[in-house]
Amino acid sequence: MSMRQLPVQNLLRRPGRTMALAALTALLAFSVFGGSIVVMSLRQGLNSLESRLGADIIVVPSSAQSKVSFQNMLLQGTTGAFYMDADNLTRVREVEGVEIAAPQVFLASLKADCCSVKIQVIGFDPETDFFVRPWIGQSYSQELGKLDVVTGCKVEANVGENIRIYDERCKVVGKPAPTGTGLDTAVYCGMDTMKILLKAAETKGVSHKVTSDPDDDVISAIYVKVKDGYDISEVNSKIQGHTRKCSAVRTKSMLTDVSDSLAGISKTVTVLIAAIWALALVILLIAFAMIAGERKREFAVLRLLGSSRAMLIGLVLKESALCSLAGGVLGVLLASLIVFPFTTLIETKLGLPYLRPEISSVTLLGLTSLAATVMIGAAASAWTSFRLSRVDPGTVLREGN
Amino acid sequence: MQRHEGKSFEVKAEQISKRYFRKTGAANCFFAVKPLSLTLEPGTVTVLCGRSGSGKTTLLHILAGLLRPTEGKVRLGETDIYSLPDKELSALRSRSVGIVPQSRSVLDILTVSENILLPQTLYKTKADRQSAEQWMDTLNILHLRDVRAGELSGGEVRRTAIARTLSMNPPIILADEPTGDLDDENTELVFRCFRQAAETHAAVLIVSHEADALKFADRAFRMDGGVMTELT
Ligand SMILES: Nc1ncnc2c1ncn2[C@@H]1O[C@H](COP(=O)(O)OP(=O)(O)OP(=O)(O)O)[C@@H](O)[C@H]1O
Ligand SMILES: [Mg+2]
Repeated sequence: MSMRQLPVQNLLRRPGRTMALAALTALLAFSVFGGSIVVMSLRQGLNSLESRLGADIIVVPSSAQSKVSFQNMLLQGTTGAFYMDADNLTRVREVEGVEIAAPQVFLASLKADCCSVKIQVIGFDPETDFFVRPWIGQSYSQELGKLDVVTGCKVEANVGENIRIYDERCKVVGKPAPTGTGLDTAVYCGMDTMKILLKAAETKGVSHKVTSDPDDDVISAIYVKVKDGYDISEVNSKIQGHTRKCSAVRTKSMLTDVSDSLAGISKTVTVLIAAIWALALVILLIAFAMIAGERKREFAVLRLLGSSRAMLIGLVLKESALCSLAGGVLGVLLASLIVFPFTTLIETKLGLPYLRPEISSVTLLGLTSLAATVMIGAAASAWTSFRLSRVDPGTVLREGN
Repeated sequence: MQRHEGKSFEVKAEQISKRYFRKTGAANCFFAVKPLSLTLEPGTVTVLCGRSGSGKTTLLHILAGLLRPTEGKVRLGETDIYSLPDKELSALRSRSVGIVPQSRSVLDILTVSENILLPQTLYKTKADRQSAEQWMDTLNILHLRDVRAGELSGGEVRRTAIARTLSMNPPIILADEPTGDLDDENTELVFRCFRQAAETHAAVLIVSHEADALKFADRAFRMDGGVMTELT
C-alpha cells in the first residue's frame, strides 16, 4: 500500500459508507445529465423543425381546422388528410410578394389488407418544392420515378423493399436522416405517384374530392416563401383574402406554440435539477459532517504519525472526488440507459419534436456532468476536510477508547 | 542492529508550562504543567510516573510536538520545534519522534502490518518490512499481521502501536502508559523492547504506573499537580 492507495483503500474497505455517498453523487449526475439531454433533444427537435419548414406561410384548407391537425401531423406524425381545390395554388401565386408556392398532397393509408402500414403519404411537386427535396436529397438525389417513394427514418421499410399502399406496390428508394419531427413517420412521393395513389384510394372507398367534378385536381397544403422586402403578415392576409376556403398560417406562429412548451419544459427540468442538487448537496454536507465526527480518531492517528494538515485535507478531498467520480459515472450511465432507449416514449409523452443531439455534444455533456459532480462532491467535503485537518491529536488521543 | 545511522538527538524542554482553561468549576484557569525543564538523552530510558490527572500526558504531548506549551521551548537537537511551520514540524515528527499514545491509535480498516508500515506509507519512504516483521515477532503479533486492526483485542492493539513506533526506528520514543492493558509477561517484554531501543541510541520516555518500569529506567520522575520531581 502507498499513500496514493490510502484514499482508495479507505473507500473500498468501507463499502457501506462509500456506496451511500456514491449513490448520492450518482443522483446528482443522473439528474443533470438526464435532464439536460431531454432539454437538448427538444431544442434540437425545434431547430430541426424550423430549418425543415423553411416556409414563411403555409396555406391549408379551413376544413383542416388549420393549425391544430396540421401541427399534429408535423410534430407527432399523426395521419391526416384534408383537401382543397387545386386552383388555390394559382391564386396564391398571383398574390404580390409570393416568391415560391409549393403544393403538397396528403393521403393517409389504412390499417388494412391493402396497405402494409398506416402512414401519412405526402406528395410533393418536384418543380417547386423547397421543403422535402433538400432533405430527402441527402439520401436520394435522382428524380423519383413512378411509384418510387422515400420513407422517413421511422417507417419500417428498407431501401429496395416494396411497401403496399392501397394495393399499389411502391418501391422504397431512399431514407433520409432523422428530423425528430412527424416528418420521420411519413412516406414521400412525386405528384404523379400521388395521383395514382389517390385513384387507388378512391377505388377502396377513400374519397378526397372537394367537388363533384371527377377531374378536379386537389391539393392539401401550399408552402409559401415570401420575397425579400415584403412583409410576411401582409402577404399572409392578402393570401387569405385571395383564396377560397383556405386559411393561411404563418409558420412562426405555429412554432411559437412549440417553443413555448419547450421553454416551459426546460424551465421545469431546470427547477427540478436545481431542487435535486440543493437537496443532495444538503444531504452530502450532513453526511460529510457526520463522517467527520466518526473519523476524528483516524485523523488524529495520521497526525500523530506525521501527516501535515495539507496531507489530511488532500486525503479527504481525494476520497470524496474519487467517490463522486464513481457515483458520477454510475449516474451518467444510468441516465443514458433510461433516456436513450426510451426516446420514443419520451417523445410521444411530451408531444414535441425530439431529436437526439450529436454524439459529440452528448459526450461533452456527459463529461461536464461528471466534472460538476466531482467538483460538488469535493466541495461538499471541503469543510469537513478542513475540520478534520484541525483535529487536535493531543485531545483525541488522551481520551479513552 | 545498528540504528539511526548516526542520527541521535536529545530532547530539551526549557521552562515549559501548560495553562488550561476549564469551562466550568471554581478555578477555571490552572496549570496542568508548571514551568519545568527536562532533557532526554540518547541511549537512556526515562520513566515518568504520577497520579492520574497530574499532567503526564500533557508533558508528553508537549515534548512530541503535538501541543504547544504556554511558555517555554522544546528543542530537538538544535531545532526549536514550535517555531517550525506545520508542514516541517509534521515531517520532523514523522522522521524523528515515535509516539505510543495513551489511547487506541490504530486505523481499524487497515491490517496490523499496514498499520505498522503506515508512517513510511505517509511519506513514501521505503518500507522496512524486515524490521517491522522482527518487531511483530518479538511482540507476539506476527500471526495477526493480516488481520484488520478493528478486530483486535485491546492488548493486541497496544502491541501493534508499539511495534509501529519501534519499526519507525526513531531517535526519540515517547510512550504514554504503553503497558496499560497488557499482562505481566507482555509488560516485561515491552519494557525490554524499549530498553533495547535505548541501547541503540534512542532517547526513550515512558509514562508508567508499573513499579517494574523503574527496573529498566536510567532516570525516573514523578509528576504531582503539574510539578515534576526526580526520584533517586
Ligand atoms: N484540553 C484541556 N482543557 C482543560 N483541561 C485539560 C485539558 N487537557 C487536560 N486537561 C487537564 O489537565 C490535567 C492533566 O491532564 P493529563 O492528561 O496530562 O493527566 P495525566 O497525568 O496524563 O493523567 P492520567 O494518568 O489519568 O492519564 C487534568 O486535570 C486534565 O483534566
Ligand atoms: Mg495520561
